[in-house]
Amino acid sequence: MELHGWGRYPRQQATLALPLSNTQCATTLAASAPLIAHGLGRSYGDSALAATVLGTPYLDHFVAFDDSTGALTCQAGVSLDAILRTFVPRGWFLPVTPGTRFVTVGGAIASDVHGKNHHAAGTFGAHVQHLELLLGNGAVVRASPTEHADLFAATCGGMGLTGIILQASLALKRIASSDILQTTVKAPNLQAALDAFAEHADSTYSVAWIDCLAKGASLGRSLLMLGEHATDGPLQVQTRPPTPVPFDLPAVLLNHASVQAFNALYYGRIRPPVSQQRLPFEPFFYPLDAVGQWNRLYGKPGFVQYQFVLPQAAGVAGLREVLAAIAASGRGSFLAVLKVFGPANANFLSFPQAGFTLALDFKAEPAVFTLLDELDAIVLHHGGRLYMAKDARMSAATFKASYPTWQAFEDVRARWHAHGKFASSQSIRLGLQ
Amino acid sequence: MKKILIIGATSAIAEATARLWAAQGHQLYLLGRNAEHLQNMAADLKIRGAESVSYAASDLNDFAKHAAALDAATQALGGLDIVLIAHGTLGDQKASEQDFSVTLQELNTNAISVISLLTHLANHFEAHKHGSIAVISSVAGDRGRQSNYVYGTAKGAVTLFTQGLRNRLHKSGVQVLTIKPGFVDTPMTAGIDKKGLLWASPEAIARSIVSGIEKRRDVVYAPWFWIGIMAVIRGIPERVFKKLRL
Ligand SMILES: Cc1cc2nc3c(=O)[nH]c(=O)nc-3n(C[C@H](O)[C@H](O)[C@H](O)COP(=O)(O)OP(=O)(O)OC[C@H]3O[C@@H](n4cnc5c(N)ncnc54)[C@H](O)[C@@H]3O)c2cc1C
Ligand SMILES: NC(=O)c1ccc[n+]([C@@H]2O[C@H](COP(=O)([O-])OP(=O)(O)OC[C@H]3O[C@@H](n4cnc5c(N)ncnc54)[C@H](OP(=O)(O)O)[C@@H]3O)[C@@H](O)[C@H]2O)c1
Repeated sequence: MELHGWGRYPRQQATLALPLSNTQCATTLAASAPLIAHGLGRSYGDSALAATVLGTPYLDHFVAFDDSTGALTCQAGVSLDAILRTFVPRGWFLPVTPGTRFVTVGGAIASDVHGKNHHAAGTFGAHVQHLELLLGNGAVVRASPTEHADLFAATCGGMGLTGIILQASLALKRIASSDILQTTVKAPNLQAALDAFAEHADSTYSVAWIDCLAKGASLGRSLLMLGEHATDGPLQVQTRPPTPVPFDLPAVLLNHASVQAFNALYYGRIRPPVSQQRLPFEPFFYPLDAVGQWNRLYGKPGFVQYQFVLPQAAGVAGLREVLAAIAASGRGSFLAVLKVFGPANANFLSFPQAGFTLALDFKAEPAVFTLLDELDAIVLHHGGRLYMAKDARMSAATFKASYPTWQAFEDVRARWHAHGKFASSQSIRLGLQ
Repeated sequence: MKKILIIGATSAIAEATARLWAAQGHQLYLLGRNAEHLQNMAADLKIRGAESVSYAASDLNDFAKHAAALDAATQALGGLDIVLIAHGTLGDQKASEQDFSVTLQELNTNAISVISLLTHLANHFEAHKHGSIAVISSVAGDRGRQSNYVYGTAKGAVTLFTQGLRNRLHKSGVQVLTIKPGFVDTPMTAGIDKKGLLWASPEAIARSIVSGIEKRRDVVYAPWFWIGIMAVIRGIPERVFKKLRL
């Protein structure tokens, strides 16, 4: 069957195995390696694509839960949505969550995902107490920061290339309410946005929506969204299903004008410079989940998301350089999200590092690929790197230059029997064994 | 809080249904044949809120064990309010055409085992004069088609058997619900390309089952639109139908 990631680019003919148990995972691996694990397919590019793919929808069981500590053990195919539905009503929340709740625990570990609290809470992997991994030789090992620490550090952020994560134990966090108290700060330009991040560094959650088409004095104008868990109110999840986008919209609908209109609308919605609002956690964390399959808005060709991080030292100048290049190209993105990261961790391929990260969408078309190559050069020049979970096109040279620990990662894979057993279209493109 | 026995519990549709019941805090007993899967399911359902979950593993084609298995379940639950029968195999129609032993196996799994279980259960429910028996049949049992008439025969038998049982148990106040799903995305249909609007998730079927029991319905097509599709298919005259490639 034809498989693709969330960006619907690239597409790949694949054989999909859907094991019902850990035992069947092992038999699938023995019979069909090399292969790659596939969760809910929310990575944008080809991280979860290969000629043979092992899907985890049926490995979706909770295994154990400790009501006193919030320690949850579950199979890797459990979605963050399922965790929220079950545990928010009991006063527990995810320690780290990406901008969609439709990802699996396995996918969240493999991409070592970050959320709006990265500056304070680190990545998803920081809250994984231990995990069980099916290795290329069929053995199942337990790894944690203290047991087989090399394997653990390679698996968190390892894009499925060390083995199949079968289950994991996470530390959920206590909440008193499912509501979020949101503060929105209007920032007229990039410097103001970064200043606002710094000023609000003690906020639990922070992220900015940035208008990529603004030029000149308003380059980088943004809305900074800060959030805190409410201390009173309901403990509930919304049950309304997402409004679907039922068919591929023609690509012309997403031309420059409509993108501009969207950004203007978003920016114009908030009048006062600082405003406050109480809202359920879903619209705060997952605004895009309200529209099912919004990825179809880009039409048949699909789209790519470009997410990079620039180290603190590159500062405003580096960001401004990238934004200017994008604004000049006129290929503004539907979405642009800016966040200030906390410090990097020791996981070999984990993306975040202290600095600024920006994520933008582009229609998948030749001119965009040329532009992105140019952006790569700027990002690399400033010592930055790209997020593999979003990537569909970076070159092996770019990858190896920006993730200098790739060789050490390969050594861990060699030690733990991963070579020849786990590979994705992405890992092949990036020159990994 | 209800005492619920789920037979063929590891089926994707049954598991989705069990999760809805677990969230409502009911007592569950799972009967299936794969012990690893049953154990995973039991732990999961407990965490999702089930009051209690027990399970037993046995091959349901071993009819001689049905009475004891049902007794053990009834004992463990301390009675029975709801039974769901869900196990089944899609079978290989072409293989059945070549070899009657394959056909027999399919009929045993999809019809005879169900009839055996229902024979025991009917007497229990008739004596206790309350509760619900829900059985998953299929739209495939509504009309014979060349592509899967062995499976269709078995499901047709289940549909007819439950219809008769409903008539018998009505006076005892026992609900008998026949569930007829259309195309559902489950391991049973893993080999089939699932594009198209007719495919439903096991969760959607589960919601139909739970609400069908709550509303004490007789027959439920799941999703509901299959009632229209099957009315059309049943309405085609046989002299036309026999020429179709279905
Ligand atoms: C709308 C949207 C918003 C997002 N926001 C964020 C965000 O804020 N922060 C962020 O960090 N990311 C974000 N992402 C990216 C997303 O969190 C990651 O791509 C995540 O890995 C997707 O998980 P998945 O279950 O869909 O995995 P897939 O996309 O199916 O797979 C992703 C990778 O995980 C591996 N993998 C999956 N399961 C296993 C397993 N059981 N064992 C081993 N490897 C496995 C795959 O091999 C692949 O390399 C966003 C994505 C979308 C669509
Ligand atoms: N999927 C559809 O499109 C569809 C449509 C209409 C009706 N149905 C019906 O829905 C019901 C559930 O099927 P499903 O779609 O959920 O498929 P499924 O996940 O494959 O479930 C079938 C279950 O039946 C069990 N089973 C088969 N033979 C058994 C035996 N001899 N003893 C014990 N258990 C046995 C299987 O157990 P193992 O895991 O151990 O093999 C499996 O758990 C079936 O009655 C099916 O006919 C399905």
